[in-house]
Amino acid sequence: MHELSIAMSIVELAEEEAERRGVQVTAVHLRLGALSGVVKEALLGSYEMACEESPLKGSRLIIEDVPVLISCPSCKAQRPITSIQLFCCAECGSPGSEIVQGKEIEVFALEIAECQSPV
Amino acid sequence: MPEPRLIEVRKNVLKQNDLTARALRDQFRAAGVFVVSLVSSPGSGKTMFLEKTLTLLRQDYRVAALVGDLATENDAVRLARSRAPVRQITTGTLCHLEAAMVRNALQEWRLDDLDFLFIENVGNLVCPSSYDLGENLRFVLISVTEGEDKPLKYPTIFNSADVAVVTKMDLAAAVEFDWQAAYGNIQAVRPGMQVLRVSTKTGEGMDEYLGFLRARLDELRVSAAV
Repeated sequence: MHELSIAMSIVELAEEEAERRGVQVTAVHLRLGALSGVVKEALLGSYEMACEESPLKGSRLIIEDVPVLISCPSCKAQRPITSIQLFCCAECGSPGSEIVQGKEIEVFALEIAECQSPV
Repeated sequence: MPEPRLIEVRKNVLKQNDLTARALRDQFRAAGVFVVSLVSSPGSGKTMFLEKTLTLLRQDYRVAALVGDLATENDAVRLARSRAPVRQITTGTLCHLEAAMVRNALQEWRLDDLDFLFIENVGNLVCPSSYDLGENLRFVLISVTEGEDKPLKYPTIFNSADVAVVTKMDLAAAVEFDWQAAYGNIQAVRPGMQVLRVSTKTGEGMDEYLGFLRARLDELRVSAAV
């Protein structure tokens, strides 16, 4: 269970961006790979905890699931796999271990509300 | 209430760990030390395997180990019986090692004086998969008593590792371990993965395994000399 420490890194990263740009974050968009080693449900729960006592309190975490893609040696193209238990090209069935997508834990975008300029 | 606006960020959440791991990898390469990390579930025989590894390799090489656990120095004490330098990293409540912990634990060590460094991760088949430690090779261990379907249950850790090691082969017959099924499951989640079979008790497979490590160290030294 390392989702809390991942959640804290997400909050920290979003806070830095928000501060740098002078904006208030209302939601964080995260791309989460099927091979990231992070459990989505646990991360959502941890995020709320990590936001407490931070400027991001009350913000939402929106997670986009990123499926695994391999470089298929037969098709010579990026292809999805049959399943997470079977790393074979979903198109032609060739086994492939060269992963080109699916390990991401990436803050993709921030939803912001413009801060009022100080008077 | 203004309309929410979307700004693109595109930042890797584990960037700090990845950067630290990269710096470690550069440091290891410069020192000419070959670094192997071990991951497995608790009780798969990691510590015994490592103790044996250190004892056997110590005859010809300069070896050392870092060992991660939530609490206690028991494993470091066990590994110290090999008479190789060993340091325990206690992670507290953290279920995995991170690159910064490895860096901190190595601070007073002269890496130039080592041929092999082993890093035993916390017993856990989930969390360690997200964290690069700067190692050259990651071994995932499964013991014959754990069941042949472990790879199907934990495909992520198999995809973060380079080599699989099946341990406790001396118990294979007693627990009716199905080698073909286990091998097939490893190949299903990680096509082409090299799989070694060992028993630290009988010594089965240890020569092949040590030969494999020696060859990798030689490769490293050759590539560094070019």
